[in-house]
Amino acid sequence: MIQSILFAIVTATALYLAGRNFLKIRRNILLGKDEPDGSQPVAAGERWRNVLLVAFGQKKMFSRPIPAIFHFFIYAAFLLTQIELIEIFVDGFTGSHRVFSVALGGFYTFIISLIELLSVLAFVATVIFLARRNLLKISRFQKPEMKGWPTKDANLILLGEVLLLTGIFSMNGADTVLQSMGAEHYPQAGPFLVSSSLGPALFGGMSEGALVAIERFGWWLHALTVFGFMVYLAYSKHLHIFLAFPNTYFARINARGEVANMPAIQKEVASMMNPEAAPPPTPEGEAEGELSFGANDVTKLRWQDLMAAYTCTECGRCTSVCPANLTGKKLSPRKIMMDVRDRCEEVGRNMDAQKSSTPIDDGKSLFDYISREEIHACTTCNACVEACPVLINPLDIILQLRRHEILMESAGPSDWLPLFNSLENSQAAWAVSTERDGWKKELAV
Amino acid sequence: MAAEGRTPEVLFWVGCAGSFDDRAQRVTVAFAKLLQQAGVDFAILGQEEACTGDPARRAGNEFLFQMLAQQNVAVLNMYEVKRIVTACPHCFNTLKNEYPALGGNYEVMHHTQFLQQLLAEGRLKIEGGQFKGKKITYHDSCYLGRANGIYEAPRSVLQALDADLVEMKRCRTNGLCCGAGGAQMWKEDEPGDKRINIERTEEALATGAEIVAVNCPFCMTMMSDGVKAKEQQERVMVYDLAELILNNKVS
Repeated sequence: MIQSILFAIVTATALYLAGRNFLKIRRNILLGKDEPDGSQPVAAGERWRNVLLVAFGQKKMFSRPIPAIFHFFIYAAFLLTQIELIEIFVDGFTGSHRVFSVALGGFYTFIISLIELLSVLAFVATVIFLARRNLLKISRFQKPEMKGWPTKDANLILLGEVLLLTGIFSMNGADTVLQSMGAEHYPQAGPFLVSSSLGPALFGGMSEGALVAIERFGWWLHALTVFGFMVYLAYSKHLHIFLAFPNTYFARINARGEVANMPAIQKEVASMMNPEAAPPPTPEGEAEGELSFGANDVTKLRWQDLMAAYTCTECGRCTSVCPANLTGKKLSPRKIMMDVRDRCEEVGRNMDAQKSSTPIDDGKSLFDYISREEIHACTTCNACVEACPVLINPLDIILQLRRHEILMESAGPSDWLPLFNSLENSQAAWAVSTERDGWKKELAV
Repeated sequence: MAAEGRTPEVLFWVGCAGSFDDRAQRVTVAFAKLLQQAGVDFAILGQEEACTGDPARRAGNEFLFQMLAQQNVAVLNMYEVKRIVTACPHCFNTLKNEYPALGGNYEVMHHTQFLQQLLAEGRLKIEGGQFKGKKITYHDSCYLGRANGIYEAPRSVLQALDADLVEMKRCRTNGLCCGAGGAQMWKEDEPGDKRINIERTEEALATGAEIVAVNCPFCMTMMSDGVKAKEQQERVMVYDLAELILNNKVS
């Protein structure tokens, strides 16, 4: 009874805190613009295909098989453990114990055994992941943007995984011994794959009281780790466990090489080139001050770009294939995504502080996070886009920043001025005096 | 040869590099010769061709892009152009993927696809075996590869040469950029340890190939510069696929 009340209080607190965090993230994402991405209108089928193959099926993860396999262990364990979690909720509120074991019988034994098997694999994966980050020091985890919190965050999540698994096995192990003793309140749930031998080995010969204490410790550890994770999620890089699904759905599905059109500029240029056929000039309603091209802040990016930033797990596959980063330039596509998220958080915090429902002008912009040097170094090669396991597109954001710089500030690399002048004056990428078809004389006709 | 009232089979979009860059001009001539040999009735726009706007758009200058692109679409539509072939993957990408939104809908092919087709149809025949058994490595350009998913057409053209095609470690979807895209061609690099073309050239040289095959005038410049910087120009040559086919036929 006391446990049930305690469980209800803990659950309510965790759900309240997590819910509050998630609503804030939702608000921050919706700071972005709602603008079509130029994808073909009939794209729902393709989008669902991406969700199934890329998010659910983890197709793109497997371009690097070793981390993909270990990640898959944790993923599969996470998915299946949800069944056990539902049981924890029911038992927690009602005071029952392993309520599904009665209804499901042998199938219950099978499910828990499968969870145990995956948990062992997840444990192996967790140890390997900790080693990859802290002992092997895989280079993509050691880049400058990973210093401090991002590295700590990654390790905390992995340690959380160890706690969770400790909880599961002490709970199931003690339970197995209690079952064999015929203890009251511990129904015969059958032999579990791992605990049937691990339990007696660890806890055999203990008194019933000690076993119950261990079983309860494991149960509460499992439940509290899950609740802690739910609340922690909003501060961590781990939102991909939910956001990977909408992110793959909303990812642009056009040819990678297509840069999104800007209809406003298209119209303006069309009327400049052909004044007679042009529609009447823009009505007064659209004030001059509203005119904005590209993005210098998160409110000028599309909300899908902001969601992508929250989806990013900071795995760094993008950065590890970026030609600019590989050759020692500052640009790191992962950092672009991390900066967008950090700026979103900052704008959100400012709104919270002033209790405002709209963004507050703090005199800062995305350019306080992302330097010009970074966006200028991009070759638009799409390697980062290709590499992302959840279809994040850092290139889209880089191009929006470049557009703002050129169109709104008339800034940008001075090397580009001769290019622009030549394109404007002679419609060619180089100012040369020769004829376009000068090469024709080489053709012996 | 400018479009004047007749309806040619295909429009050859030459592009700025193919028109003005000395090295790329030689590719233009090679491809035009192949078209003639295959009996393809083709036209060029000549002075009426303008830059597609690719570098302007990627630098962020959308106004300039729209000016160039709308002018090109107007000219192409005026001549009722249906099919376009180009030896530049940047022009290819812009014509194919970005002009439809501006009212320009054409069947656009990259010259490696067109060459593959001509070979498959028997309109071009590989004779002689100048490259038989020679080690050739193929550099995927970003705008043909990742941007448009074309990896096999250029490889099948190379295979037709009966050469020994050796792949670099980073190829196809993992191909490493030459460093020129996104209007980098026109500016100095940001500070770093190395130039991108050097990184890529080192990878190409490591295959031991005598020939680096490219499909893009910008990759051509970058890889040629890389080979020169590594002082390997006596041993390793950088060629466009069209040149390889033509040279094979001539000798």
